[in-house]
Amino acid sequence: MIVGEFMIRFDNISKQYPGGFEALLGLSYHLPRGQMAYLTGHSGAGKSTLLKLIAMIERPSRGQIFLDGVNLNQIGKSKIPYIRRNIGIIFQNHQLLNDRNVYQNVALPLIIAGYRHQEVRKRVRAALDQVDLLSKENAMPITLSGGEQQRVGIARAIVHKPPLLLADEPTGNLDPELSKEIMQLFERFNQVGVSVLIASHDLNLIDEMGYPVISLDEGRLIRNDLVSTGALS
Amino acid sequence: MAMSPDRTQKHGVKPQRNSPFRAYFLHHIRVFISSLGELTRRPIASMMTITVIAIALALPSGLYLLLHNVNHISADWDSSAQMSLFIKNDISIKRVEQLADRLNLRNDIESTNIITPEEALEDFVRISGFGDALNSLDSNPLPAVIVIQPVVDTLKPLQVSQLLSDMKKLPEVDIAQLDLDWVKRLYAMLDIAERAVWVVSLLLAIAVLLTVGNTIRLDIQNRKEEIIVTKLIGATNAFIRRPFLYTGLWYGLIGSLLALILTNIALSLLSEPVHTLAILYNSNFQLSGLSIDDSLILILTSCTLSLGGSWLAVGRQLSRIEPS
Repeated sequence: MIVGEFMIRFDNISKQYPGGFEALLGLSYHLPRGQMAYLTGHSGAGKSTLLKLIAMIERPSRGQIFLDGVNLNQIGKSKIPYIRRNIGIIFQNHQLLNDRNVYQNVALPLIIAGYRHQEVRKRVRAALDQVDLLSKENAMPITLSGGEQQRVGIARAIVHKPPLLLADEPTGNLDPELSKEIMQLFERFNQVGVSVLIASHDLNLIDEMGYPVISLDEGRLIRNDLVSTGALS
Repeated sequence: MAMSPDRTQKHGVKPQRNSPFRAYFLHHIRVFISSLGELTRRPIASMMTITVIAIALALPSGLYLLLHNVNHISADWDSSAQMSLFIKNDISIKRVEQLADRLNLRNDIESTNIITPEEALEDFVRISGFGDALNSLDSNPLPAVIVIQPVVDTLKPLQVSQLLSDMKKLPEVDIAQLDLDWVKRLYAMLDIAERAVWVVSLLLAIAVLLTVGNTIRLDIQNRKEEIIVTKLIGATNAFIRRPFLYTGLWYGLIGSLLALILTNIALSLLSEPVHTLAILYNSNFQLSGLSIDDSLILILTSCTLSLGGSWLAVGRQLSRIEPS
């Protein structure tokens, strides 16, 4: 079993959508294991495409992606769910299931993976405790504030302890103070060894947090702080 | 793979995850129950679908019962088909008896019964009420009759015809008569009716399949967002498919139970007037309902059709719903 030195590695990745739009052009970068980094760029720069390629929502037109040493090009369609179970994905609009309560939402990844009932209970409690929402486990998502809903989304992403967290504009709808709290939450997960990649356009907050930044413009890398950190690790 | 370290298992502590088989089994049970709960959350919509299924199933069941009952009545008529041999007038009663004994030896004849001219006359006088007129006749105009009860073997309908033509050839016999034509006609009609029931059943079976399929299809479309999110969290297609298939199964199961209830209600509404009619015909015929076997077949068929309908819908829809 090869455990990769890099959590994410893009080798000369291009992505062309049907219709000819080139979302990414010859992109190469790597995110070391246990690293937290930001992904920035204007809308349409290719941030979403980059995240979709990691989550296997899209496939690259050219090049190779390695996720913890596994070449994603070699993963068949039926194996995609098992790859995704190793990634915690956080969405801008939370993507909570509104007909289930907070507990049931957070428990979903564990139920999918077939955890024992007692273990599900324990882990959901622990995850809700980490996002400080233990008291809301029976609430329906619709009754929560935007910040609380996002924290439920985060709890759901980390409940099965994935080695990688991907966040797509997690603070897009939140005010600056709440945004910072959310970012600090990611920081805490990173401190216990989880690799984190956050797409965001909140440049002030990114500067304030002080983590490496990958910046995209029209599908090309225009800034890559990870070159130095990756080489040193 | 490398990214899923299951830490406690490595250390030999109680495993956190169920074995794949156990997890699979438990999830099936969980979904079986929760999909029923899902139906009760939308009671009116669910009830409408179930009622459509029930009516579509109750109709052919009712027709089948009707046919079954008619067959049941006519079976009695079939076995009562008798043959009458009218003996020529110049044959003595002794020879008639000899003939009857001889016929009794044939293996396609169950029994014979002689009606002498005197007995025939007595019966006629008693039934017709023409006693005085008949008394004025100086001789008995009625012939002796041998009534034959043929052995009825439904597998060999030609046997009776063969017997009839044999009887006609006997020198002592004037006329041999078997009035089975109307029974044949009835059977021909029942045959047509049976075919019709099959055709109707087939069409309604397709209706059940499509109704469930369409309901599940709408259900999938309503839960498109949920399916996408679940897929992104790492659910396999089988995991996502399962609740929809069980929902289909529940529709079939509850639908067939309701169909049984409807059929039995219709039956009990009919049984009283049918019984009254039967008494008027000096019969104690009673409507027979669906047997346990029939009911089980109905339930099984319904479940199979509903599951099939959901398979069709799920197969077509789920592959189209992918996160983008």
